Formats: sequence, C-alpha cells, structure tokens
Amino acid sequence: MKPLTGISAPDPRGMRREPLWMRLHLDPWLLLLILVLAGAASFVLYSASSKSMAMVYRQGAHYAVGLAAMMFVAQFQPRFMERWLPPAYLVSVLLLLAVLLVGTEAKGAQRWIRIPGVLTFQPSEIMKLVMPMSVAWYLGRREMPPRFKHVCICLLIIFIPVVLILKQPDLGTTLLIAASGIFGLLLAGLRWRYVLGALLALVPGAVGMWFFVMHGYQKQRVLTFLNPESDPLGAGWNIIQSKAAIGSGGVFGKGWLQGTQSHLDFLPEGHTDFIIAVLAEEFGLVGVALLLLVYLLIIARGLYITHQAQESFSKLLAGSITLTFFVYVFVNIGMVSGLLPVVGVPLPMISYGGTSLTTLLVGFGILMSIHTHRKWMSHG
Amino acid sequence: MAKPIRIKDHLNDAGIVQRRIIFAVVFIVLLTSGLLARMYWLQVVQYEHHSTLSENNRVHVQPIPPARGRIYDRNGIVLAENRPSFSLSITRERSPDLDATIDLVKALLQLSDEDIEQLRRRLTQARRPFEAVPVMFGLTEDQIARIAVNQFRLPGVEVQASFVRHYPLAEHFAHAVGYVGRINEREMERIDPVAYAGTHYIGKTGVERFYEDQLHGTVGYEEVETNARGRVLRVLKRTEPESGKDLTLHLDSRLQAVAEQALGNRRGAVVAIEPKTGGVLAFVSQPGFNPNLFVTGISHANYGALRDSLDQPLFNRVLRGLYPPGSTVKQIVALAGLDYGVTTRTARVYDPGFYQLPNNTHKYRNWNRYGDGWVDMDLAMARSNDTYFYDLAHKLGIDRLHEFMSQFGLGQRVSLDMFEETAGLMPSRDWKRASRRQPWYPGETLITGIGQGYMLTTPLQLAHSTALIANRGVWKRPRMLLHAEGVGPDESDTPPDVLLKNPSDWDFIIKTMEGVMHGERGTSRAAAAGASYRMAGKTGTAQVVAIAQGARYDSEALKERHRDHALFVGFAPVDDPQIAVAVMVENGESGGRVAAPVARTLFDAWLLPDPEPETFAVEGEP
Repeated sequence: MKPLTGISAPDPRGMRREPLWMRLHLDPWLLLLILVLAGAASFVLYSASSKSMAMVYRQGAHYAVGLAAMMFVAQFQPRFMERWLPPAYLVSVLLLLAVLLVGTEAKGAQRWIRIPGVLTFQPSEIMKLVMPMSVAWYLGRREMPPRFKHVCICLLIIFIPVVLILKQPDLGTTLLIAASGIFGLLLAGLRWRYVLGALLALVPGAVGMWFFVMHGYQKQRVLTFLNPESDPLGAGWNIIQSKAAIGSGGVFGKGWLQGTQSHLDFLPEGHTDFIIAVLAEEFGLVGVALLLLVYLLIIARGLYITHQAQESFSKLLAGSITLTFFVYVFVNIGMVSGLLPVVGVPLPMISYGGTSLTTLLVGFGILMSIHTHRKWMSHG
Repeated sequence: MAKPIRIKDHLNDAGIVQRRIIFAVVFIVLLTSGLLARMYWLQVVQYEHHSTLSENNRVHVQPIPPARGRIYDRNGIVLAENRPSFSLSITRERSPDLDATIDLVKALLQLSDEDIEQLRRRLTQARRPFEAVPVMFGLTEDQIARIAVNQFRLPGVEVQASFVRHYPLAEHFAHAVGYVGRINEREMERIDPVAYAGTHYIGKTGVERFYEDQLHGTVGYEEVETNARGRVLRVLKRTEPESGKDLTLHLDSRLQAVAEQALGNRRGAVVAIEPKTGGVLAFVSQPGFNPNLFVTGISHANYGALRDSLDQPLFNRVLRGLYPPGSTVKQIVALAGLDYGVTTRTARVYDPGFYQLPNNTHKYRNWNRYGDGWVDMDLAMARSNDTYFYDLAHKLGIDRLHEFMSQFGLGQRVSLDMFEETAGLMPSRDWKRASRRQPWYPGETLITGIGQGYMLTTPLQLAHSTALIANRGVWKRPRMLLHAEGVGPDESDTPPDVLLKNPSDWDFIIKTMEGVMHGERGTSRAAAAGASYRMAGKTGTAQVVAIAQGARYDSEALKERHRDHALFVGFAPVDDPQIAVAVMVENGESGGRVAAPVARTLFDAWLLPDPEPETFAVEGEP
C-alpha cells in the first residue's frame, strides 16, 4: 500500500539513524547560502529604498513566508509531486486561461487573479514550478535521449502555457518558464542535431515573433536595447541611468548608503528589477563578484543534488530548477548592465517583492525534498 | 516484460544527465565570466567616465525642443514665426514647498488670483520627473530682475528664454493659417511623448494643425551634469534637434488684404483659387480673431467674449460655413442638362413668372414675378431665370442631378490640406430615406435645380467648383501648401476629372457665364463694367428664411440678420483663367450688387499691375 500522504513516516525498520538534517528534510548548505543572500538583500534594500526600515521589515516577512513554504514543500516526497502532476498542469493552464478572461489589469498587463477579500495571485508564478515538473514527469518515464515524437509532445507541453503568458503580456516570466521547460529537454539528452535545427529555425521564428506576436512596448524594449541612445528620454532612460550607477561604483564602491545615482529617484525601479545597480554602485566590482560567487555556490549545490538524485524525474526536475535559477541571475544582471533587453526579470533573492521570492524558495524546497528523500544514501 | 530494460535505462539515463550537467557547468562559467567582464568594463575601464558623471553631480538627459517651422505666404511674407520670450518655469521636484514658492512668486510679481489659478493649471501638465514647466510667458525685464534677486528663496523656479509662436499678421490669417496652443490631455494621448519632450505647443487648427508633423521637427537632447540644485554645470553630449520644415503657402497677403478691404466690415467669406494649381490665393472669413491670444493660453474673459459674440469670429466660414448655394450652381445644372441630352443650347422655355408641376397648383416662382418670356440657356444664365432651371431640373430628375453635381465636389470634402472642412450636402433619394425616412418629392428636385432646399455648400466648395469649370473638368484639390522647403503636397488622392460627352459644352457654358458679366441683361454687368479683360461669373442669393407661399418678399420688414446671403462665383480672364473666386456676404441680399463687386476687386488686384499694393499693419512691430 502506498501512503495516502506524501510525508514520509519514520522508517519503522530501524536502520542506521539518519542525520538531523535528513530527518528535517532540509539541506544545510542551501539554507546557509539562502540566509547569506537574505542578509545581503536587507542591506541593499535599506539603501535602495532611501533608508526605509518598513520596507526591510516587509521583505523580511516575505522571506519568512517563503522559507516556511520551502520547508513545507521539502517534506513531500518527489513521488507525491509526480503523482499529482497531470492534474496540477491542467489546473495551472486553466488558471492562466482565467487570467486572460477575468484577470485583473495593472500597468497595461493582465497577470493577476483577484478573489475579492481573499487573495490576489499570479498563476504564472505557479507555472514557474509546474513547468519543470511537467517536463520532468513526461520525459522521466520515457527512454533517453527522447525520441522525436516525445520531443514534439514535450514542446507542446511547454508551448501552451508560454503562449498564454506571452498574451498577458509578461516577457520576463515567459522567458523563465520556457527556459525551465527546455532545460528539462536538454538534460534528458535532447540530441544535438535537434538543438542545432531549433537554433537554425530560431531566425525565421524570431522574425515571425517580431511581426505577429510582440507588443509595441516589447518591440520598443528590444530596439532600445539594440541602441539605447536612440531613446534616452523614454525607454533608454533606465539603462543609461543604471549604467552610470554601476560604472561610478568602481572596484570597491562608494560605500553603503553612499550611492548618488541610485538615490534621488534618478534610477527608477531601484529597489526591484534594477537593484543590482544600487549594489554595484555602493559595493563596487568586489560586491558584484561576491554576489556572483554566492549564486554560483547555490548553483553548484543544485547541480550536485541533481547528480545525486536517483530517479529520472528527480534528476530532470532538480537540474532544470537549478539552471533556471541561473537564468534569473544572468538575465537580470545582463539587462541592468546593458547587455540584454529589459524584460522584467528580478534579481533572485535580492529584489524587493514577495511573489517571485516565494516561488524561488519553493523551488529550493523541491531541491531539498529530492536530496533528502533518496532511498539509499551515500551520506557524503 | 520491460522491467529489466528499465533498470539498464536508469544507468544509461544517469550517464546522459551527467554529461549534460558538465555542459551546463561550462556554459554557466562562460556566461558568468561574461557578466564579470561586463562589470569590469563598466566599473574599471569606463570608471573615469561614469564617476565624473556621478561624483557630486547628477547626469541628466534634457530634451531640446526643435524650432517650429515658419510659415510664409507666396511672396515670402512671414505669417507665423517664433519669437524669443522669457518665461517663468517651475520644476516641481526641486521645490520642497511648492505652495510657499508659488505664494512668493505671486507676491514678488504682484499677480492676481486669476493669474495664479492659470499658473497652477499649467503646472499640472508636467510629464517627466525633473522637467521644468513654463507657467508664465512674456516676462518683463522688471519681473526677471525681481525673480533673479530672490532666486535663493525660490528653489525650482527659473527664468528661461524660449521661443513662442507669433503671428505677425494676427487676425488676417487666423482662419487660414490657424494657431498653436498648449498640448492638452487628449492630444497627449495622440502624440509620441518622446517626440514632444520639451515641446509645449501643438497645432490646433488650420495649416498649423494639418502640417503639424512637418512643422514640428525632430527633438534633440543633451546629457548634462547638474548640481544638486538642478543647475546645469556641463554639457556632456549633445544631439542637435532638427528644426521643423518652413512652409510656403499659395496665399498672397496682398490679395488677402484686398479681399478684406473689399468685404469691408461685413460678415462673410472670400476664397480665391488659382485654377491651374488649386492653390488658395486668398482665404478670408470675416470677422477674424487674434490667434496670438491662443498661443500661451487664452484667458477666460477673452475667450468668453469671442465665443459669445453674435458675429461668431471663431467660426471658419470658408471651411465650415454651410449655405444653400442658390443660383451659383445653375451653370452645373445647365451642364448636366446638356451632357444628359435632356435639353439643347438653343431650346426655349416660356416663363410667365412661375413654374407649375403637371396636376399641381403649387407655383414655383421666378425671382422676377413678371416673368422673362421665352428664355434659352444663354438668357436663363444671364438673367438667372429660375423657371428655366425648374423645368430643366424636372427633366433631369434628382438621381441624375445628384450623380452629375457630385462630380464637382458638392457634398464632399474637396480640400487637399485643410483641417476640419465640412462636407456639405448634395441631397439624393438615398440620403433622404436614410436621414428623414421620407421619399423624395418632385418639388424638391425643382428647388435643388436652383441651389435651394436641402443642398448646402461651403464657400470653398463653390470656389472649387468654379475653378473646375475654368479648368474644363480637370480636378485640382484646393490646397494651402505651395511647398515645404521645396517639396509639394501629396496629391495621390485626386478625384477623377469630369469628362463631358461633348467637350465643347465647357466653352458654351463658360460663354453663358461670360454673358452674366458682360451681356446686356447680365445680372452682374454693373460689376464688370469698364474691365480691360473678360470674366465669367454667376450671382446667387441664399435664402435664410423661407418665404411663405403667396407672401411677398419684403426685405425692409426682415431683421438685418434674416436677409438673404449674397453669393458670387467667377473666374478671369476667360481665355486663360488665372483666378477663380467665391464670395459670400452674410445678409448681403444681392449677389450682383454686393458680392460681385468684391470679386471684381480681387480680379483687378490679381490681374492688373497695382501701383500701390495694399499691406497689413504688422502686429507687434514698433
């Protein structure tokens, strides 16, 4: 008989007693690195919000909620997630449809569902977790590398939610979700000739996107990215300001609370998507390098967990969660420093806001669950 | 069973994932190095550049508004220009206590409450953070000095030199050229906010509105360093704005002056068109108004006076005034009769002073109650005989009338580049069924034949249809623009030319119009007397109040404003038309006596050498 809940009971056969972390289903390395980021975030946020303690407390509350969710999720066995996946995918897609039909609009985008008096949430955030699981679920039970038919079905699984989110429109989230699905495929050993073919097909695809799918404001962002100087009063404003802020930081930075560009409202969105500019201005290249180091350690731990995972589903899931985390880092820092278009991806764990933070932490909860629910352990 | 294979697969799968993880690690290392390299570039290589920008100072991108294109008449006389003016501007973000600052400005400059209300209204239009908004214009030297002395008490307040649109010929071209005004909220939604960064004015009417895109130019910008108080210390980079295009119009301010003078102090409209080009030479809607009042925002009192005036100075009579064309369309009805073959050049109709439809007692009266006897087409035109045209219209029927007259631009917008032109109305069976839910009655065809009834035209349409006859059917949409720095207007939307079955009908109908001016019995012979060239024309009167059946028309008894409008259309010289004119004098009563002499004055001014040209007094000159 399979247990009705996914929470694993203590092993009745009394094998070798597991370490405390294993019994709590937490990963000490990940937890430590997360707390380091949380500490860094509160310092940067304090400065970016013009010394608003209230904002730091609010973000602290977001962290508390997110960590609780992470620990809760870590208690479930990966098998349990696998079992509930098909309906979860279906419900998530239906919620995305609902967003387009009855969603709440703000700033020209329709991304939220509001149940008055109860809660407001963003179904695309749920999809950020469901997507890598769906791909892992589908490919995990098929032979690897995936056959052409399976690749096609898998692309369909990715395509449906991606189109729905693109319609909202939300380019940043679309990118993250598509990436998490595609990482699943790549990890499952998608043949290189398919990859090459897809890359070649990307060129006409991109042309088609440009003319038929993208909104005016998204096109504007791409054009501004290609030549921010062309529109310094409008769309290029953010990039010019953030580049000046980063560049003026130098090697060691101006010191905490000493930033000038990022204060006085010269830098819009200084506490959300563009927060790396504040950090770079005040802590310099050294600060950025340290932050990147912490991120790399988290990713290294994630990949180690992937390597140690014992089932295909767990492996693919852990791998794509970890790699998607890197996409956050790369896209955010890339866009703020003027390497990539501005697509609205937050700096993970540092940017102000509770929604994406919770999603990220739940993702880490899944990693911890995968790592601590293995059946035979090397305890390395 | 597949089970053993699955176990084997697991090992294989783990190997695949592991190899892919190694790939991922390589990628991550490469991309992270890329990020670090970018940061190194910005923070180490370009450090000097960025740090000078930010050290104690702030980088700021400021728009530089382009100079708006000027507008000239055909002789190079300036109709619209930009004048330097000192304005007071406020940057809200730099003024910690805005109310106190405004109170201080009020006290320093001794402003009234109304001034302050206007100032606050202008202040609400700020669009970008740290943008200075001009709130007072045309500061005197005394006012500038007062602000300068108290500058330290006025954070965020600046005196700026800027350009303000100025119309030197003021009311004379208000309706033709139009004016600019401050950008309002509706216009904000329409325009590209970047293109208009730093620009506070936009064309509201007339040429200023229609050619807004060309006049506006391209915005420039400069990256400047400002200190904490917002003062510009250094320009880091400057992209020059591109001035708007200068426009040269067909208008001739000399002819415009002649037209206004000829109209005297009567209300009315005069349009003169060069038939070969469609260029509008004169465009008078009287009374006019001073467009300079509108540029920086008109006061409530001034606007109220203009709006409520019985003479309607804000009303553009040339483009929007709808008048029954009266007899000034008879030449087109006559052409229709010849072209459809329902009559001939010599066919005669007996006029007892009225016309009756078969089996109907209603009498459709000629303007001459005693009748003109036997009339042919030539005499009917010269005498403007209504009975002849009742008969002709009856023979044509409304469908053919509508089809033929529509080709002349009646009931549709004819201009190439004029803002807010009204289409007028060329009635038809379909129109009446759709708008009135009634069938068309035969009697309505009769009065359409003499330009009365439902038919409505603008003075511009009348001038254009006359130019079309002078052109023998070749369409040239009336246009203001001669060229914008060498480039003429776009003519792609020109309607098809009017083709007659017998093109010599054009010459015949022009001959009958010549008879109106020079014939022994022509209604306008007095206006043409003593001319050294031949002209063609047609008089008309447009009823303002319908006359009851059987009642006698007694102009004395009617109030002045209920008198008929006097109309005249014509062109000259007949053998080589240089100018076509439509004149409408509100409540002028007689086309021949009142409107035709105005046209004659224009013909003379345009065709004869003038020893002493008329000129306007230029506003704002010492």
